[in-house]
Amino acid sequence: MATATAPAKRKRELPWPITFYRSAVGKKWVMAISGVVGLGFVVVHMIGNLKLYLSREEINLYGEALREFPKHLLPRTVFLWITRVVLVLALAVHVHAAASLTRMNARARPRNQQYQSPRDYQVANYASRTMRWTGIIVLLFIGFHLLDLTWGGGGADFERGDAYNNLVRSFDRPLVAAVYVVANLALGVHLFHGVWSMFQSLGVNNPRINKARKRFAQSVAAIIVIGNISFPIAVQAGWVDEACVGTEHGEPCEPSGLKF
Amino acid sequence: MALDTTALDSKVPVGPLADKWTNHKFDVKLVNPANKRRFTVLVVGTGLAGASAAATLAELGYKVVCFSFHDSPRRAHSIAAQGGINAAKNYRNDGDSVHRLFYDTIKGGDYRAREANVHRLAEVSADIIDQCTAQGVPFAREYGGLLDNRSFGGAQVSRTFYARGQTGQQLLLGAYQALARQIHLGNVEMHTRTEMLDLVVKDGRATGIVTRDLVNGEVRSWSGHAVVVATGGYGNVFYLSTNAMQSNVTAIWRAHRRGALMANPCYTQIHPTCIPASDDFQSKLTLMSESLRNDGRIWVPKNADDARSPDQIPEDDRDYYLERRYPAFGNLVPRDVASRASKKEVDAGRGVGPLKNGVYLDFADAIGRLGRDVIEERYSNLIEMYDRITGEDPYQVPMRIYPAVHYTMGGLWVDYNLMSNVPGLYVLGEANFSDHGANRLGASALMQGLADGYFVLPYTIGDYLAGLLGQPVVPTSDAAFAEAETNVADMTRRMLSVKGTRSVDYFHKELGKLMWDNCGMARSTESLEKNLSEIPALAEEFWNDVRVLGNDESLNQSLERAGRVADYFEFATLLCHDALVREESCGGHFRVEHAQEDGEARRDDENFAHVAAWEWTGAPSAPTLHKEELVFESVHLATRSYK
Amino acid sequence: MTGKTLTLRLKVWRQDGPRAAGRFEEYDLPGISVDMSFLEMLDVLNERLNADGHEPVAFEHDCREGICGSCSLMINGMAHGPQKGTATCQLHMRHYRDGDEIVIEPWRSSAFPIIKDLVVDRAPFDAIIQAGGYISAPAGSAPDANSVPIPKEASDSAMDAAQCIGCGACVAACPNGAANLFTSAKLAHLNLLPQGQAERYSRTVAMVDTMEDHFGSCTNHGECEAACPKEISIDFIALMNRDYVKAQLFNRRLAGQRR
Ligand SMILES: Cc1cc2nc3c(=O)[nH]c(=O)nc-3n(C[C@H](O)[C@H](O)[C@H](O)COP(=O)(O)OP(=O)(O)OC[C@H]3O[C@@H](n4cnc5c(N)ncnc54)[C@H](O)[C@@H]3O)c2cc1C
Ligand code: FES
Repeated sequence: MATATAPAKRKRELPWPITFYRSAVGKKWVMAISGVVGLGFVVVHMIGNLKLYLSREEINLYGEALREFPKHLLPRTVFLWITRVVLVLALAVHVHAAASLTRMNARARPRNQQYQSPRDYQVANYASRTMRWTGIIVLLFIGFHLLDLTWGGGGADFERGDAYNNLVRSFDRPLVAAVYVVANLALGVHLFHGVWSMFQSLGVNNPRINKARKRFAQSVAAIIVIGNISFPIAVQAGWVDEACVGTEHGEPCEPSGLKF
Repeated sequence: MALDTTALDSKVPVGPLADKWTNHKFDVKLVNPANKRRFTVLVVGTGLAGASAAATLAELGYKVVCFSFHDSPRRAHSIAAQGGINAAKNYRNDGDSVHRLFYDTIKGGDYRAREANVHRLAEVSADIIDQCTAQGVPFAREYGGLLDNRSFGGAQVSRTFYARGQTGQQLLLGAYQALARQIHLGNVEMHTRTEMLDLVVKDGRATGIVTRDLVNGEVRSWSGHAVVVATGGYGNVFYLSTNAMQSNVTAIWRAHRRGALMANPCYTQIHPTCIPASDDFQSKLTLMSESLRNDGRIWVPKNADDARSPDQIPEDDRDYYLERRYPAFGNLVPRDVASRASKKEVDAGRGVGPLKNGVYLDFADAIGRLGRDVIEERYSNLIEMYDRITGEDPYQVPMRIYPAVHYTMGGLWVDYNLMSNVPGLYVLGEANFSDHGANRLGASALMQGLADGYFVLPYTIGDYLAGLLGQPVVPTSDAAFAEAETNVADMTRRMLSVKGTRSVDYFHKELGKLMWDNCGMARSTESLEKNLSEIPALAEEFWNDVRVLGNDESLNQSLERAGRVADYFEFATLLCHDALVREESCGGHFRVEHAQEDGEARRDDENFAHVAAWEWTGAPSAPTLHKEELVFESVHLATRSYK
Repeated sequence: MTGKTLTLRLKVWRQDGPRAAGRFEEYDLPGISVDMSFLEMLDVLNERLNADGHEPVAFEHDCREGICGSCSLMINGMAHGPQKGTATCQLHMRHYRDGDEIVIEPWRSSAFPIIKDLVVDRAPFDAIIQAGGYISAPAGSAPDANSVPIPKEASDSAMDAAQCIGCGACVAACPNGAANLFTSAKLAHLNLLPQGQAERYSRTVAMVDTMEDHFGSCTNHGECEAACPKEISIDFIALMNRDYVKAQLFNRRLAGQRR
């Protein structure tokens, strides 16, 4: 049989971030870090949007505040742009790492090496096995969502700066509301495995918290999903209505916000 | 049988026992570091003995080429050892010492081992523990962080180091990792799935081997300045044993056929606590640690026809035969005594279980006395294993146990330097005959394998190699290699061409039955003579009727097994010969003619305090006997008694 | 012990050689005692095949005690079959019912090419160990074994990891064909012990890099842990990840070293 001598392979010394990123463990670490960035965004985004239930003013002021943050320390929107760049980069490496790991895994078990009989999975759950698909759904959704509510190309009447009405007008369309619900469910499934997985990839491993990792992941995913899908549902259910615009100082014809 | 009276030179150094090894290390010739590179050593086998030897020789600078028929060095049979490894560390401060370990081992071996070798074994035992710990072997520890010990049969001190129930595994992984490091460094060339099928001897020296690649059938020659064989024991000559399925005698047998003497083949060890066979398809037997006898009581129903389930049998109808016959030691008599006692009960028809082939090992009393928790804590892994195999829960019903072949003390004869009578051929581990006499104590095989590989051979091999300085290896184009290759290829072809009707396993089972029934726990002139006539007949039937399908160019497991079984036939003949000639009972060898009135073994020191080393003459039935007289300078020969 | 017997229908992967095309072959196998081990059941099959003039099925096995790591069968889509914490050789037929169909396949992964029938080549595992799965301690250099006390917890945890039998079930069960459980178990064994500290980070990088040359990557499914006959925990994978990140990001150079 073949000589079991280790291949004496000499790899060229590359700058350390590249060497690191080239390894699968490094990529997973990068995915975890970029995932944390994304998760932070999703959480803040959801909390901010809850202002929808306060009033049009609240949420629109919140939008404005984001543009102004941190007030006089930086020119207007600079911080926002930095954040956007970071988010885009995080998303880009997250997707790139995922894609190249997927390729690596396909090489590790190509067609002719796949089980010919049905596999009986023991613990791998729906979430872990559908990461690729939920990821793609979320990615497509991010594109649509930006188009819809950031750039105003989503088909609904759009007015820059009026987050409240843009949102309500968009969610008034049942199909769009449905898209938001489905996409956020996918996001939830993605987050559930992603958050749990993040602990593994970052090597956070302490018997004391190991048991809590799964529960933490479940809670995060549940909170995000419930928060996010409540918006289209609230609009569809008529709990949140479009506010009239054009009155002086933007006063609503009726008070906006939640009404039961 | 012919007797050759030229004395075998054991090369035991002169001087006081305790100084022999130290002096010898100074006296042997050395090879300087620059010259070591010029020597090629072939190491066959990667168990504890082979892997430790290959790694250490490579660390010293020799060029090592290593072979194993396994797919990885880590799979060697050593991996299965459970209990532990002895060492005279005296960490317990309980009176242990090198001399005590030496003494226990000599006595345990029923005074049939060479004193000087055993003393050296005891001397280096402590170094083994240091070495393995440094390699990262996770031996069991106490809360203070220091190493833990347990006690084992045949000793009154606690000197056994262990790693849960997986000591052999952890020690082998240590040696395997050291070997892997040398492979990585380019000092060892490793060939897995490669089986040694012949030894090449030229001008009286071992100069190489011939192997067969198990994946593509290629027969190939390898040449070296020395050949080290560490291929394990031959317990599977009995078919059923606790040994791994692939353990075999082939490498040492083929070396024997090339002139190496085979010593004391009749010394085989039978372990009393194994799970009995469940049916005719049983392929191997599983060992249950001896420690169970500390809390389990062994019994059989008094009435052979008692069909009640064990819990329905009242105390009065049970026979706790060990406690009855050996009131002092009770259930804790040594392995051979306990084994023979079980056999006696089963032979008398009082065996238990569906095949009436076991005896009960009952924890009910211990559970009543200590509580289930304590028993669970002590033995849960064993009890689970038993449950998994038999589907019975020992907390509810007594375990069934029966003796099984476990270890073979015999093997190729070696001198003090571990070199066989063929210069350049070294034999280590269970494959040699050296240190355990007629019976091995628990936890001593691991010690011996590692002693041989880490601390003995690396010193002694230099003595031989130094004399070869400047000589190139014999080229594999030499006629001696060609002859051996033809020999191997012919045998393969012959096995494939019989095209008979019966499988290899059929013959192996038949042979095993003959060996177990007639040359197992109790041997008599009659039974041995029966074997000596039936085995050759079976061998002939094998060569006329075996069916080995498939070809020689791809993996062919039947073919591999066929070669091994063919060797077992010849070897079994020699084993029975040896057993017949040894007209005494000692250790694992029990001749019914040589028993005391109470049935205990009777040793004959006057006529049999020697090593029986057999020479191949070309015919399995007519070997020549060489004797190495055993000289005892430090111990006084006494009879063992456990009453 | 019941003396009961089963009749089974086996679907076994047969493949003549590394490059040959494989196929399933079906065998009806009556008379299987429930007390047999799974491998003894295959022994019976092989005896019958041999008697009928068909070449027996090649499969790997040796110790039949669940410790050598030779046996390696995918049984009905589960590595080592249905019983938790049990290698194929320790699985017994009492877990099956009369008339059951059992599908038997080899491990599959591009790192483990099939040699014949159910036998695969697991040499890349050896390559991973050779890359750094050891503590460099040449014979003769060791200090007294008790000179460094090792906390029992560290030693026990190292032992939990060291139990790995190198069978490859983790790779076989992993949807990605990753060997992270195997590699991390070896790393944890050595990295958790004081003796293993000197080479900790170089070992981690060397072994992980070699692993990635052959195998897929971990996406934290946890299938490996479920299939492992020694029930080795995926917590060790987290430990490996942390050590690897530390090695690559924080431990590249020691103070004063130029390279
Ligand atoms: C169940 C069990 C439990 C045990 N428990 C203990 C214990 O607790 N304590 C103790 O001290 N001892 C114990 N023993 C005994 C001990 O395990 C063995 O005696 C010892 O491990 C033998 O080691 P070795 O290196 O000589 O051979 P092995 O480990 O048998 O290695 C043989 C090697 O040789 C190779 N090989 C063989 N033939 C060939 C060939 N023809 N060509 C190429 N390669 C070949 C094999 O591939 C393998 O690598 C136990 C034994 C058994 C069966
Ligand atoms: S045959 Fe050894 S682990 Fe199964």
